[in-house]
Amino acid sequence: MRVSRLPWDLMVLLGLLIAGSLLASFFIPGFLDFRYLLDTSTLHAEAGILALAMTFVIVSGHIDLSIASNMVLSAVFAGLMLKSGMNPPLVIGLTCVASTLLGTLNGVLVVLFRLPSFLVTLATLAIYRGTAQALLGPKSVAIPKEMVGLDQSLVAGIPWPTAIFVMLAIVSGLLLHRTVFGRWTFAVGTNEEAAVYAGLPVARIKIWVFALAGLAAGICALLIDSRLGVARHDLARGLELDVITIAVVGGCAIRGGKGSIPGTVLAMLLVMLIRTAMGVANVKAEYQLTAIGLLLVLAVGFGGLRGSPRATKVNL
Amino acid sequence: MPLNFYRLTPVVLALIVSFGCSSTEPQTDSGPTPVAGAKMKLVFIPKSTGNPYFNQVAKGFEGASGIEFSSQAPATADATSQLAIIKEQVQRGVNAIALSANSPDALNEALDQAKAKGVMVLTVDSDLTGNESHRDVGILPTNFKKIGPAQIELLGSQIGYEGEFAILSATTDAPNQNAWIETMKTELKNPKYAKMKLVEIVYGDDEPQKSSTEAEALLTKHPKLRGIISPTSVGLAAAAQVLDNSGLYPGGAKATGQGIVLTGLSTPNQMKKFVEKGVVASFQLWDPADMGVIATHIASNKLTLKPGDSFEVPGKGKFTVEENNVVYAGQLLTFNKENIGKYDF
Repeated sequence: MRVSRLPWDLMVLLGLLIAGSLLASFFIPGFLDFRYLLDTSTLHAEAGILALAMTFVIVSGHIDLSIASNMVLSAVFAGLMLKSGMNPPLVIGLTCVASTLLGTLNGVLVVLFRLPSFLVTLATLAIYRGTAQALLGPKSVAIPKEMVGLDQSLVAGIPWPTAIFVMLAIVSGLLLHRTVFGRWTFAVGTNEEAAVYAGLPVARIKIWVFALAGLAAGICALLIDSRLGVARHDLARGLELDVITIAVVGGCAIRGGKGSIPGTVLAMLLVMLIRTAMGVANVKAEYQLTAIGLLLVLAVGFGGLRGSPRATKVNL
Repeated sequence: MPLNFYRLTPVVLALIVSFGCSSTEPQTDSGPTPVAGAKMKLVFIPKSTGNPYFNQVAKGFEGASGIEFSSQAPATADATSQLAIIKEQVQRGVNAIALSANSPDALNEALDQAKAKGVMVLTVDSDLTGNESHRDVGILPTNFKKIGPAQIELLGSQIGYEGEFAILSATTDAPNQNAWIETMKTELKNPKYAKMKLVEIVYGDDEPQKSSTEAEALLTKHPKLRGIISPTSVGLAAAAQVLDNSGLYPGGAKATGQGIVLTGLSTPNQMKKFVEKGVVASFQLWDPADMGVIATHIASNKLTLKPGDSFEVPGKGKFTVEENNVVYAGQLLTFNKENIGKYDF
């Protein structure tokens, strides 16, 4: 059974995106410059990649507030390893392993102690960023020159971080919407009890979902290190909220069981469009936040209008 | 509805890829070309929104002729959000960026890109310490070496250069505080201050409660105390409250002899009520607006500066470029009953 309303969400997002792009192109001088838009997309690629993973977490009925802290701690970890002279491929591997373990820890705590993921990840949010600060203090680690500037190099005309986001979007889309694992994720988020009775490995699915969030944090840690050329404990403050905003605007129901990768991708583009267009138009940051907040209210309200999601979200 | 939503995936991807492909088309220019004769665009990027101190800095930028000035602050005081603003402003076609950096190094790459596009990069109030090559000129509030001597003179002039005094500082490891206290000690060797005696240095950790307790302890421990210097705004306000409550300030209800003179560093808004009541006669700070005036002057005249150069800012005087291309914006300003009403920061 396929839910007939899902395309509607995407149509609305796509419509907003196209209308917004047209408006911005006509009315904001300097906005319609593809080179600039691509360059600026590298600033949003990290939030986008994290939002892809967050889609899995939210669909499974959970949340990961620690995702940005995990990214920062992993970025610091990678920076310290690079500074110590370890070879870059090894650092890339170890960073992803470390961040995946940090993500897995969230999942294990959620499963083992039957705690709400909101509380577990609220705690690890503080712990991960706190550890990063304990490691570095107010100082920063410089990233070796050969690892800096991935955002300035292109692949098929697209900056690397954006290209990586596109590739990960395709992989995530297939994983969530075309595999058994994806269907299980929806099932756990729709009705956990039913999933248990149906014999699904619910605990394992939850841990996997949090591990995915960790892996995404590791990938983004490497991207942000390369983009900024330094690792610090105070990078990307509050990024987790941007990430959750993207996922929710993209149609994720915070109670779980509903969400889609195409929705998240469109939402990421929409948030990027709003921020970039208003930024180039020299609109003050506080009004940009208000606009994003309004979008969020609309997305949540729109979702609420369609009634209880529990009745319609079986996606098997 | 029979529409399968996976069918939208290619649409989304096509959108993204179309961005990519169009960028490979030959383009004549990487950025918007400034129109000849157009007003010069200058943007000030403070650390965050809603900070009265930076509003005062912004005042220094306003009103210059031939400049289109705007201010664009991130909602949170963090480097990654300033980075997006820098890119947006370069795209908007600004000619100069004045930045109060939220990080000494995380903005390096973005600033280099801005400079490569011919944008002048100035730091204001908060510099890229250790990474000075990523900006053109750094404009700092005042020469910190002059703060210690100025504070000693301000207190001395009010107590007839005679008597015991104490210092109420922030934390024991605050670098600026300690540097200022050192220069105060050095200045005390000047024969002019021979009869002034520093009896104790206490630390209020920049917490109102602890600062009050420390100030109260000073009053009981040193009955002959004539003055307190608190070169930190939290400490100064807390000590002023203690003097106000106890009535020990000069002319206060319980003042013995000439009363206890309090001075230090703070902003006018935090001290207005104490100055108007007479608890504190005067205190000092630089005028943040001076930095804006100097940044505007450097940007509008497209000054290329190197250490040792000097330049004249109309109405402000002559400035010399120090090591690392640093310019100290101005003198300390002494605030008192007469002038405090003119400032709002």
